[in-house]
Amino acid sequence: MGSERTSRRELLKGGAALAGGVTLGELASSQAQAHDHPMTPGSQNASPMILGSKELVEYGQRSRYVTSVRIQHPPGGRPSPDLFGKVFHVASPLQDSVGVITPSSLHYVATTRGSYMPDIDPKQHTLTIHGLVDHPLTLTMDDLKRFPSVTRLHFIECAGNRHTPRQKTVQETHGMTSCAEWTGVLLSTLLKECGLKGSATWFVAEGAEEVKGASSMPIAKAMDDCLIAYGMNGEALRPQQGFPVRIIPPGFEGIFHTKYLRRIKVVDRYYMNYNDFGHLREDPKEAALSEQIGPKSVITYPSGGQQLPGRGFYEISGLAWSGGGAIRTVEVSTDGGKKWNLAELKTTPQRMAHVRFGYQWTWDGNATEILSRATDEIGQVQALREQIAQWWNVPVERNYRVPGLDNSVMPWKIAKDGSVTNGLA
Amino acid sequence: MGSLRLVTILLLLGSPAFAQSPTYGVGRTPTAEEIRRMDISIGPTGEELPPGRGTAKEGAQVFEQKGCIACHGPAGLGGMAPELQSKKGQDVPIWQRERILPLRSPFATTVWDYINRGMPAGNEGTLTANEVYSLTAYLLFLNKVIPEDQVLDQQSLPKVKMPIGDDYAKLHDWKPRTPRLEGYPY
Repeated sequence: MGSERTSRRELLKGGAALAGGVTLGELASSQAQAHDHPMTPGSQNASPMILGSKELVEYGQRSRYVTSVRIQHPPGGRPSPDLFGKVFHVASPLQDSVGVITPSSLHYVATTRGSYMPDIDPKQHTLTIHGLVDHPLTLTMDDLKRFPSVTRLHFIECAGNRHTPRQKTVQETHGMTSCAEWTGVLLSTLLKECGLKGSATWFVAEGAEEVKGASSMPIAKAMDDCLIAYGMNGEALRPQQGFPVRIIPPGFEGIFHTKYLRRIKVVDRYYMNYNDFGHLREDPKEAALSEQIGPKSVITYPSGGQQLPGRGFYEISGLAWSGGGAIRTVEVSTDGGKKWNLAELKTTPQRMAHVRFGYQWTWDGNATEILSRATDEIGQVQALREQIAQWWNVPVERNYRVPGLDNSVMPWKIAKDGSVTNGLA
Repeated sequence: MGSLRLVTILLLLGSPAFAQSPTYGVGRTPTAEEIRRMDISIGPTGEELPPGRGTAKEGAQVFEQKGCIACHGPAGLGGMAPELQSKKGQDVPIWQRERILPLRSPFATTVWDYINRGMPAGNEGTLTANEVYSLTAYLLFLNKVIPEDQVLDQQSLPKVKMPIGDDYAKLHDWKPRTPRLEGYPY
């Protein structure tokens, strides 16, 4: 043992690395030895080492230099967690996002009236499908995983994801959406297994949390693409995302994505349970806008609160999504909306999923406004607030509230000094 | 052809007629009693309502006993939680009155459903059927939807005429790969 150590030291002697090893301290030195090859000039690691730990080995952690975190939403609103440990709305740090997958730890969270997360033992949890079916079915989580599975990328967005003049950053304006890879069983697979009766037109999805949150959805949605998901980003759902199982009705408002799913009841009419009262509208046009989400996009870089170091080249980057299908095109304007340029889609657009877009731009140092707009596969185009107000025949005021989920175009102002601020302000 | 038919018949005979699902045979059939116990979704017809009864007078007592006042205030006014009694007159059109569930809901069953599954905060699911009927009657009475002495039960609750009547938007017939609202800006 001792002689082996000596021989390693001798190997190291040849280079100046030994001195470096010593000055970097015992840790770096033993690390070099552990790798069993001599340090050579230039290969020295000037940084301190991260000491391996049981935790880091078992379930990794990001660098302490990466500090991007979720924040309560809205910033001045109800705190999460509150005094009682309940969580209400938590927004994802889109300004730091790359690609299209939101890490599970940073996925936005919403609860219907502020709730505790149920600490569910998956062995005790079951999902029951009943109502207008030939064979009601109760499934354990192990049962559910025996059905043919699908894995799909889908965004979720809260109806409260509304950009207003008061907000500063893209996390505040758009952070109540995220995109993850979901794995589970198609609801259509389960409903076919149960045998839908001809009178089935709606279904109610109900959670197991303390308020038993429930939403009514059309059976056509169930048979089209609803996913009963137990997996998220390659592992089990997180408790904040409905462990052990939730429903993903892709492209519908976030509140329909019932977490801790315990029951699906197939019915012959709109049931108006718990969450559905919130969707009650006077105008059928507005009612139609508060179910399926419209085409939407936002520039995440450069965005509010960020600073351009100076004139020159930048790749404008952002996210686009639609409840109507896959994104077909994204356009970017760098002159306040006078000219629209086709952006490059950085990822393959998938149905009801975020797509990353980029637009190469050389900033001339003058004050300007940058915007993006998305078009989806069924031809829906993201509109400006002015266009939406015009459609409704109302004046565009500073605080104009777009009906339904706000999918209007988001402007970012860039000042001469390179500071980026909310273009609605 | 003949042998195929035979296989089909054998498969049909072989498929268990009990506690198994048809194609994959995974899971079990819940009993009617199990379904009844977990089915707290009360639809507009009220067919899922359990036996029980209650009046506004009884509901006022329950409202005190169960601590509803702590969050909603006396008679549903002035608390931190949503107010439960309208302060506007019955002559004001329903859509210009407050967004109060036991006032604006098209169905009294939704009020029952909400209280039963979601209240009282922190002790959800602990109310008896009689207490839920009583609280529903009390809140409907506070909003002048029903008289103080009306008894609410399985039969009468779904028949309560809510002030909104039919004056609310029915959801359109959703179809996949279709705009959320035809012709909506661009």
